[in-house]
Amino acid sequence: MSTPAAGSPASTGVTPGTDNGQGHGSVRGYLVGYLAAAVLTIASFAAAETSALTPSSAIAAITVLAVAQMLVHLIFFLHISTSPNQRTNILAFAVALLIVSMIVVGSLWIMSHLHANMMPIDPQMQMNPQMQMNP
Amino acid sequence: MILGKLTLDAIPFDQPIVMVTCAMLLAGIGFVLGLITWLKRWKWLWTEWLTTVDHKRVGIMYVLLALVMLLRGFSDAIMMRSQQALAAGGGAGFLPPEHYDQIFSAHGTIMIFFMAMPFVVGLMNFVVPLQIGARDVAFPVMNALSFWLTAAGALLINISLGVGEFARTGWLVYPPLSELAYSPGVGVDYYLWALQISGLGTLLSGINLITTIMRCRAPGMKLGHMPIFTWTALAANMLIVAAFPVLTATFGMLLLDRYADMHFFTNEAGGNPMMFVNLIWMWGHPEVYILVIPAFGVFSEVIATFSGKPLFGYRSMVIATMAITLLAFTTWAHHFFTMGAGANVNGFFGITTMIISIPTGVKIFNWLFTMYGGRVRYTSPVLWTIGFMVTFTIGGMTGVLMSIPPVDFVLHNSLFLVAHFHNVIIGGVVFACMAAFTYWFPKAFGFTLNERLGKAVFWCWFVGFYLAFMPLYVLGLLGMTRRMSHFDNPAWTPYLYFAMAGAALILIGIKLQVVQLVVSIRTRRLRRDLTGDPWQGRTLEWSTASPPPAYNFAVLPVVDGIDAHWSARREGKSAQSALIEDIEMPKRSALGFVIAFLAVTGGFGMVWHIYWLGTVSLLAAVGYWIWQSWSEDDETTLPASEVRAIERTARLNTVRV
Amino acid sequence: MQQDVVMDMRAPNAAAEAHSERRGVTGFGFYLYLLSDCILFATLFAAFAVLHAAVADGPTAHQLFDRRNAFIETAFLLSSSVTCGMAMLACDRRHITSALVALAATFILGAAFLALELTEFAHLVSDGAGPGRSAFLSAFFTLVSTHGLHVTAGLAWLVVIAVQLRQRGFSEGVVRRMFCFSLFWHVIDVVWIAVFSFVYLIGSAS
Repeated sequence: MSTPAAGSPASTGVTPGTDNGQGHGSVRGYLVGYLAAAVLTIASFAAAETSALTPSSAIAAITVLAVAQMLVHLIFFLHISTSPNQRTNILAFAVALLIVSMIVVGSLWIMSHLHANMMPIDPQMQMNPQMQMNP
Repeated sequence: MILGKLTLDAIPFDQPIVMVTCAMLLAGIGFVLGLITWLKRWKWLWTEWLTTVDHKRVGIMYVLLALVMLLRGFSDAIMMRSQQALAAGGGAGFLPPEHYDQIFSAHGTIMIFFMAMPFVVGLMNFVVPLQIGARDVAFPVMNALSFWLTAAGALLINISLGVGEFARTGWLVYPPLSELAYSPGVGVDYYLWALQISGLGTLLSGINLITTIMRCRAPGMKLGHMPIFTWTALAANMLIVAAFPVLTATFGMLLLDRYADMHFFTNEAGGNPMMFVNLIWMWGHPEVYILVIPAFGVFSEVIATFSGKPLFGYRSMVIATMAITLLAFTTWAHHFFTMGAGANVNGFFGITTMIISIPTGVKIFNWLFTMYGGRVRYTSPVLWTIGFMVTFTIGGMTGVLMSIPPVDFVLHNSLFLVAHFHNVIIGGVVFACMAAFTYWFPKAFGFTLNERLGKAVFWCWFVGFYLAFMPLYVLGLLGMTRRMSHFDNPAWTPYLYFAMAGAALILIGIKLQVVQLVVSIRTRRLRRDLTGDPWQGRTLEWSTASPPPAYNFAVLPVVDGIDAHWSARREGKSAQSALIEDIEMPKRSALGFVIAFLAVTGGFGMVWHIYWLGTVSLLAAVGYWIWQSWSEDDETTLPASEVRAIERTARLNTVRV
Repeated sequence: MQQDVVMDMRAPNAAAEAHSERRGVTGFGFYLYLLSDCILFATLFAAFAVLHAAVADGPTAHQLFDRRNAFIETAFLLSSSVTCGMAMLACDRRHITSALVALAATFILGAAFLALELTEFAHLVSDGAGPGRSAFLSAFFTLVSTHGLHVTAGLAWLVVIAVQLRQRGFSEGVVRRMFCFSLFWHVIDVVWIAVFSFVYLIGSAS
């Protein structure tokens, strides 16, 4: 009874995980995704191990590969597509991505600035918190 | 082992104020329980309220919780004002600092989490399904669960008064003070567990309302046809879903520090207390927008209705609302300009804070233009609205003032800041809740409130607010910091007396609200709402009876524009001739109540390190939930004949205007 | 115009349509929950990123993390995502045995993942690198354990679904729950991608 009435605009949206409201993809789709994800994963681990890349390019490579793997999951396993029915889902995903970026990037930016402005801590100067407690 | 840290010493027998308060609370609870028994209403209570999944009932319970907690939070405020007034001239007042610290912490925690949030969520719960022409929210059982989890959190906070203590850290429990080393008692634990429990409820409610709005609208109602309050509800719930996980994770990390000897925010072993401040305000700033955006929505509805005109600039309102929603996530560092991030960071966030005031300004102008050229009826909801426009503008301006980092360096944590946020929260959120309460009361209960008393309530609150908080701006500029239990600067004293007087006036306002409620209930037959539309409203909720039947609409309305009820009335449409079908109704469910009960026992157990109680409660809750999931039969059919009978009775009681 | 439009809910497919709409509504709500969970993880990731160097003169990521172990764990979890997909295909075809087999495979792979993870944790703790040792380790254990707890909850959920599937076949509720479970399980794998990439690989770079 809380379901939308037939023909209402709200009922025509499609949830991720379904192919336009039909089934859940095909065996081929999953296998292709599996292969792609496996290749990307192996590449990721290889990039981390190899000495052919500088540390910062290794980091960049792993990041790009991670994003690629996530896209493979989204497309082949979660069946997110660009069809008009999926618009709300993509929008929700985009907003979530934005928030996630703000949380991670924002925190790193602020915390690194704070760190740069803080007094260096001499290990010998660190107070024993037990001494600070009020009786 | 069996009782963890809990002993009889937990009860503060040596604090007379607390003991008297607890005695009064227990007496009050005893009275209510006795009344229910005497009236033989236990079964009714269980079937009609404790196990209801009807969004209207859930919304009413939320608001009731909020009103009760308003009394508790305001008592804290009166005590704080009295203490500061009495501590003038170097006196000690009547509250020792360790008690005062708990009071201001409880005041903030209760007002934000257990007064403002439940009030706003309750309003959204009650109104949104009616406004979009739906029968209920998308997940009715989960909706009830959300309410009961919130109530569970409120209960834990109240238990802390009589068993143990509350946090002494302020309402956001900053470490390192909130870490075990400096707060070894149970106060911070009560806070954390209560808020984790109610936070879960709020998150679930956010998911519920977004799904409802996006997937359960009446046929034909495009997003651009939705009432403005529904738009603001959508925005606020998006913020809830985006921000509350941050709260959960951050409090979770603090809990791990306290219980599992971890070092996220401790002073030693590499912990970083500043990170707590950063993360908590990433939730904290969106939180205030979660509260104020629906408030804006309330005012939009009220002013359009009572000006007899459609809201001016619907499109720009929607865009402004969405802009504020997005920007709400970009301003959080203005809460800790003085923590030391430096000019680049502070400058960025200062600018974003200033930018967010622009769409808010657009809204103010739209409200003014809605009034202009309309036939404004100066009912109490309109008084609250006008009061809001003036008050919130002042509060907003002081906010923009403090968004300039160098200015904030002088004013941070002074009473200027305290005045600012009370200015916007009271002027914005509280005034909106009062207006909404009066506006939608007849829809919920079938009769309007006494209007003369309503106006008196408004004036007490309005004048009382200015008397109570304008002096605080001056005090902030004079150098008085927040959270001070005693001080010895004689120049501050007269302002604190004014503030005390203002608080007393607000107290009278609150008492008048109680009187208004009692009187209105007693004389309700004089002000019955027989048409379902006492104010000549514009949106769909006014096309139902007051109160609406459980299924809201016998036939789901077909919508093709904004202000659907207004157009339908003008065009003489009526739903009566359409075909009435059987209606699927969700069954009652005890799930919410039972799980929340277990949350209280579990939370209490964890607070006192009674780990077996915490574990058993958790397992029981999960087990009960799984057991309940076994039954797929969660709907019952209301036959069309019964629906027709209900509608016929409603029509007989209706007077055609 | 008088409203005499009749919404004929007695169309032949009304029941099936209502079911699929309810599944769509539930699925959408569950998807929103999953997005909120991603934000929860983002907060924990942010904490880890900020604290990853706060080793308090204790062991560092480079010294502690075993990439080979992480690779095997990844293989298990990724494979379990595929078997989960197979279970959903079996559900589409309403083939109970295939579905149960695929679900069982998912469970075994997920359990193997957890076993490896718990073993790793036990080693770390016994080596004095437990969560209380430093802020870095607190962040590491919390982030990875939160993911592990989600996997555990998923496995418990899987058992419930399998039992219900055996008991009553592909009822509306079972289909809906399998659908939500598959969303959950895939997103858990997406989060794991971030964990092994940013915690194990990048985090342990010397």
